[in-house]
Amino acid sequence: MIHLEKINRIFQVGDQQVRALNDVDLTIRSGEYLSIMGPSGSGKSTLLNILGLLDQPSSGTYQLDGRETTQIDDEQLARLRGRKIGFVFQFFHLIGRLSAAENIELPLILAEEAPAVRKPKVQEILHKVGLEDRAEHRPDQLSGGQRQRVAIARATITRPDVLLADEPTGNLDSVSGAEVIQLMETMNDSGLTVLVVTHDPIIGDRARRKIKMIDGAIVADTQERGDEDT
Amino acid sequence: MRTLDLLQLASGALLRRGARAGMLLLAMAIGVAAVIVLTGLGEGARRYVTGEFSSLGTHLLIVLPGRAETTGAGATLIAGETPRDLTLDDALALRRSPAIEKYAPLVVGSASVSYLGLDREVPVLGSTSELLAVRNWEMAQGRFLPAGDIDRPQSVAVIGAKIKRELFANTNALGKWLRLGDRRFRVIGVLSSEGRAIGIDVEELVIVPVASAQMLFNSASLFRILVQARSRDEMPAAKKFILETVARRHQGEEDITVITQDAVLKTFDAIFVALTMTLGGIAAVSLLVAGILVMNVMLVAVTQRTAEVGLLKAIGARSRQVQRLFLTEALLLSFTGGLLGLVLGYGGAWFLGIVYPALTFMPPWWAVAAAMVTALFSGLFIGLLPARRAARMDPVQALRGG
Repeated sequence: MIHLEKINRIFQVGDQQVRALNDVDLTIRSGEYLSIMGPSGSGKSTLLNILGLLDQPSSGTYQLDGRETTQIDDEQLARLRGRKIGFVFQFFHLIGRLSAAENIELPLILAEEAPAVRKPKVQEILHKVGLEDRAEHRPDQLSGGQRQRVAIARATITRPDVLLADEPTGNLDSVSGAEVIQLMETMNDSGLTVLVVTHDPIIGDRARRKIKMIDGAIVADTQERGDEDT
Repeated sequence: MRTLDLLQLASGALLRRGARAGMLLLAMAIGVAAVIVLTGLGEGARRYVTGEFSSLGTHLLIVLPGRAETTGAGATLIAGETPRDLTLDDALALRRSPAIEKYAPLVVGSASVSYLGLDREVPVLGSTSELLAVRNWEMAQGRFLPAGDIDRPQSVAVIGAKIKRELFANTNALGKWLRLGDRRFRVIGVLSSEGRAIGIDVEELVIVPVASAQMLFNSASLFRILVQARSRDEMPAAKKFILETVARRHQGEEDITVITQDAVLKTFDAIFVALTMTLGGIAAVSLLVAGILVMNVMLVAVTQRTAEVGLLKAIGARSRQVQRLFLTEALLLSFTGGLLGLVLGYGGAWFLGIVYPALTFMPPWWAVAAAMVTALFSGLFIGLLPARRAARMDPVQALRGG
């Protein structure tokens, strides 16, 4: 489903060129559960941004569902992001003035779906993440774990192909962190491709496929045995 | 995005900013209200002045003996050129024009009036029955001069309210005989105290038939002739007719001047329209300031909401949608501010109207429309810059918080 070939990403910092990604090749199949680990500055967030179409590589090719994405314009990228990709961030990135339900509804509003279509979807996903009784609460009335669950609901309400999570537990205590990971795993079980960027080895080791990055390159890519068939 | 969703999101964002959005609304509202009140003031003054002039009779032409322009040099000056007098026959000749509805020849002089030993020096006006209608005067008691042959003297007089008070106190003046100079006149009417006539207070006036006045002052010439055209459109025709007729009667000499009330009115009108526009312009400056305030706050808002912009982009918002969202906020702000200003402005005009009932504070529609359009357009233009800035943000950096 995702196919990266010779991806380079070079940032210009002052008059120095920083190579954040160095000839990265990566193929992700539908339904996989993988983690990307590595020290800070290893390029894992840059890779995540490129996978999420928020950033464009300096060179290389990125095919999403067989479609080359490095040549299309911003408008189409935005559409693809809205349809195929769900983001979960370390700092939740919920809009403070909107209720949990409204935050979850936002991607559907941007996709111009009719209110009558949107409401049942929001109800359904609220049920799935276990926050039905928190629907009208604003983010500052929710705990960290609840906020991240709202973020996951928002990321998955458009039924994307892949959920990209950038340090999803980085701001949570271990209990709510585990809850959030479990929620993502449940969604993975029902077919959603999940990619978690983390430097917490406990979280990273739960994934079936573990990728290690150092200095902009993938140095290890291990697959748990016996899981290939599921 | 659907319009309703757009409005909901934008108004939600504005409400969140509470006090600051409120102050912006106020700034915008004061700008619009200032335009409305100040132009209302100018327009009210214009209406007041033109209204005062209109009460003198709108289709009025004033015929004066003598010419306004300077003519001749050398020889003629030495020979001397006395303007011919305007006579009753000249006035009678004007009756033949279809453009002229009414006319009233005027003879002005002063004489002593006496009744039962009370004596007083008063201005005396000799005229005809039509003067009442031409000047829009009203009678308090009795009737005005009788219609009929204007060159036949009659011993009747109409007196002003003050003369009536001074000479007759509270007794009935109608039918009483008073002495004017060396002649006796019977009082047939008392004028209502309203109105002025060419600088003379109507209250202190004694009006007699024009022929009687000519006998009283022993003069055949007229002070002037007031002519009322049939309509505003027929004023040029009336003026032309007067000039030609009198010139023919005066051996081809164009020795009269015709002033139209209209010309005076137009001048005042133009002055006050200019005044109104100046006031509106001054008020527009405050609208401009309000617009710049809106821009400032929108720019701050965009910077503060960088992370929100990044998020919107991450969940699929197109640049155009982000731009439209911020633009809608700016427009909503200026539109609500404009509406508030409308209420404030009309409220202010209404209040001023109560304080100064003589003036009608009627903001002209063009000023109101201009204020609203300016408010909206400033919202649009001023919102464009911040909205574009938001739309162009790089999502990765925006998510990091700028």
